[in-house]
Amino acid sequence: MPLYHNEDQAMLADTAAGFMAEEGNIAKQLRHWRDRNCKDGFGHGLWKQMAEMGFTGMLVDEADGGLGMGHVEAGIVLEEIGRNLTPSPFLTSSVLAATALKHGSNDLKGRYLPGLIAGDSVFAVAIDETAKHRPQRITTRAEKSGNGFRLTGAKSFVIQGASSDMIVVAARTSGSDEDADGITLFAVPKDAAGMSHDAVRLVDSSMATHTKFDGVELDGDAVIGEIDGGRAVLDAMLLAGRVGAAAEGVGVARGAMDMTVTYLKQRKQFGKLIGEFQALQHRASHLYSEVEIARAVTIKAQQLLDAGAPSAELMASVAKAKVAKTARLAVQEGVQMHGGIGMTDEYDIGLYMKRDRALAEFLGDAYYHANRVAELSGY
Amino acid sequence: MADLETFRSETRAWLEANCPPEMRQPVRDEDDVYWGGRRATFKNDAQKAWLEACVAKGYTVPSWPKEYGGAGLSPAEAKVLREEMGRIGARPPLSSFGIWMLGPALLHFGTEGQKQRFLNEIARGEIRWCQGYSEPGSGSDLVSLQTYGEDKGDHWVVNGQKIWTSYADHADWIFCLVRTDKENKYGGITFMLYDMASEGVTTKPIKLISGNSPFCETFFDNVKVPKSYGDDVPAYVGTINRGWDVAKYLLGHEREMISGADGGDRTAGIGAAMKRHAARLGDELDPVLRAELAMFDVDALAYTAMGEKFLDEIKVGKAHPAQPNMMKYAGTELNKRRHELVMAVGGSRSLEWESEATEGGKPSRSWLRTKANSIEGGTSEVMLNVISKRILDLPGA
Ligand SMILES: Cc1cc2nc3c(=O)[nH]c(=O)nc-3n(C[C@H](O)[C@H](O)[C@H](O)COP(=O)(O)OP(=O)(O)OC[C@H]3O[C@@H](n4cnc5c(N)ncnc54)[C@H](O)[C@@H]3O)c2cc1C
Ligand SMILES: Cc1cc2nc3c(=O)[nH]c(=O)nc-3n(C[C@H](O)[C@H](O)[C@H](O)COP(=O)(O)OP(=O)(O)OC[C@H]3O[C@@H](n4cnc5c(N)ncnc54)[C@H](O)[C@@H]3O)c2cc1C
Repeated sequence: MPLYHNEDQAMLADTAAGFMAEEGNIAKQLRHWRDRNCKDGFGHGLWKQMAEMGFTGMLVDEADGGLGMGHVEAGIVLEEIGRNLTPSPFLTSSVLAATALKHGSNDLKGRYLPGLIAGDSVFAVAIDETAKHRPQRITTRAEKSGNGFRLTGAKSFVIQGASSDMIVVAARTSGSDEDADGITLFAVPKDAAGMSHDAVRLVDSSMATHTKFDGVELDGDAVIGEIDGGRAVLDAMLLAGRVGAAAEGVGVARGAMDMTVTYLKQRKQFGKLIGEFQALQHRASHLYSEVEIARAVTIKAQQLLDAGAPSAELMASVAKAKVAKTARLAVQEGVQMHGGIGMTDEYDIGLYMKRDRALAEFLGDAYYHANRVAELSGY
Repeated sequence: MADLETFRSETRAWLEANCPPEMRQPVRDEDDVYWGGRRATFKNDAQKAWLEACVAKGYTVPSWPKEYGGAGLSPAEAKVLREEMGRIGARPPLSSFGIWMLGPALLHFGTEGQKQRFLNEIARGEIRWCQGYSEPGSGSDLVSLQTYGEDKGDHWVVNGQKIWTSYADHADWIFCLVRTDKENKYGGITFMLYDMASEGVTTKPIKLISGNSPFCETFFDNVKVPKSYGDDVPAYVGTINRGWDVAKYLLGHEREMISGADGGDRTAGIGAAMKRHAARLGDELDPVLRAELAMFDVDALAYTAMGEKFLDEIKVGKAHPAQPNMMKYAGTELNKRRHELVMAVGGSRSLEWESEATEGGKPSRSWLRTKANSIEGGTSEVMLNVISKRILDLPGA
């Protein structure tokens, strides 16, 4: 498969770019909700519009009412989300939770997917328990109780946890904390008794929760996939999420780079446009090269994942790590080359730096994934 | 798709029958590389047999048209051939500046007569070419070159000096940039082809930090270059005084080749191989070194994807014309980093300069050689200048 968008994908890219620039732009969404101290950190109106555009159910199978598209297509939307810093539940709901629900019973799909596709529901995922991503180790426990389970434990960095209608929770149903097996995924409804959210606003103005499960009673039909066999579903979900996060990161990098290059062509100092200084030109050109490379490997990872190739996991980690390094470079150079104005809240470049910081941490940072690359390559 | 699978199995069978086992070993030293030319000798029968088989099949230049010595393969078929050769570790049958640089320029700008003559010679490895671009005062600022060809009607008289001419002392012919109009900087250069045996051409080798001396200073002292070698075979490519266009086109191909975007494996990940290597030497990877290797592999595997994307985009005309500059910049910087890591993993062993075990000090010599990657074919700084100007459209760049 060639590593560029085919005609349909290019058309989707045009549509998504137009839509996000028009409806999802920084002034209309990120700043708007931030300045109002919105408790969700995003606008439900936009989420509804995204549903009308057909974005919300892209990764949902056609049989389940979705569009049955792939990760290349979802990545196209995510890249535009990244470029515009559009706050939305797309990554958590339409990519991560939707991937988990693929493995759910018809009953679960029937309960949750229509709301997602219509843009009425928002889902979160609760995986991490520590400040760094460490999905190998799951200590939150779900014990058999009647014909269901009792969930006890705590999760951190649950994006949009408090605004969600359902949270996909990874819990241990057997074995010891470090075991790979013995994991089960649950779809925990919003109003489950015994669940509490400590909501925090993050540096990028998004909302996350530290969520506690204090003997939450769950029906047996809340199980996604197989009891004790949830690791495979969790891995599939993480894989989709990482490739998606990489695509959004490419968007963040491109957005920051474009702003910076534009600024270099406008700002005058020492009687010249600062873009005339070779010291800055070379750094901008280096950045361009890195962004192109990050974009290439992200498309590669998306295609491998869509093809179900075994190498998708390696390439997903390469993409997540490469994008994290590249987006970091883009936002740091962005603020620096904007000079003093880059430090002001009024100017958008700093917002890219904040989003990059949060996105890079989500589902494993550059170090985590470089380490995965080493492990998967056998060293 | 089915056709491609048929092609693959046929190719596999052909390689099985025609590629001698000795030619499926990694290249160890200069002797293992066959450059062709009038004075070339084969190291062994296998090298000769492999070349002859490939020439007969058109596989020294698989994607060139059949009438010019190629096999007329489509890009997809050429990729299959590369993959199948890679699978058995087959050596390239012929290394040649004619194939990498002059050939593409002739295919694009040459007359029918030139193509018939020169391309077929190149494909068969009969004539070895060298590249006469750089001069002592004109490196990065190539267009300032001073070597002058005075018009004498049916011929030029060329005087001047070139430098860094790779393998000039082994070359039969030179493709050479010569100023033919002193008043016009860009529009006064002619792209000439002539015999290195011509009277007045002398070469003097320059020794490199790697200990090898693959290149030369080349002097032209009243060299007589005819304007034509026969019917429809002019001695210049393109138009007189418009050689700069040809030169730039050729540089694009040179950069792709140096960057490894041509499907070479110099930019793929190395962590796993280095770990095995260290284990063989009885060492363990230091955790910090392992981390550097992992970060390198991230960059290298991502770059490999970029190379693939770039080739895919070229096929359908989607690539930015200045993209080879970006590939060259990123690829060569990466290759330098790779060899730094190879040296680090090898430790004191990789410092050996003359040794059996390290095959004549291969790691250290290769490491030193890679430092030229970001200089030859245009320096990294010049690549960044071109990206600034042609892709980012930065002011005054
Ligand atoms: C937090 C903060 C506190 C400050 N406090 C004070 C204060 O108390 N008093 C005060 O007077 N000022 C203060 N400043 C202003 C500060 O001194 C300026 O921001 C700084 O000098 C840079 O100028 P600039 O912002 O106009 O950037 P610009 O000069 O526009 O520079 C933009 C970019 O172009 C680069 N650039 C500019 N010229 C060249 C060149 N010739 N070659 C290569 N690159 C070039 C810069 O390095 C930068 O990356 C403060 C700024 C900040 C952010
Ligand atoms: C191994 C090897 C093989 C070669 N083979 C051939 C060959 O076969 N035929 C041939 O003709 N040539 C050949 N060359 C020459 C090569 O093309 C030149 O070395 C190259 O173009 C750089 O020119 P220079 O060495 O004169 O460096 P200079 O142009 O003098 O550059 C010196 C330094 O200044 C920097 N610099 C120069 N201008 C700028 C600028 N505008 N902005 C920023 N930085 C700048 C350069 O990047 C470099 O770091 C070869 C070189 C090497 C190393």
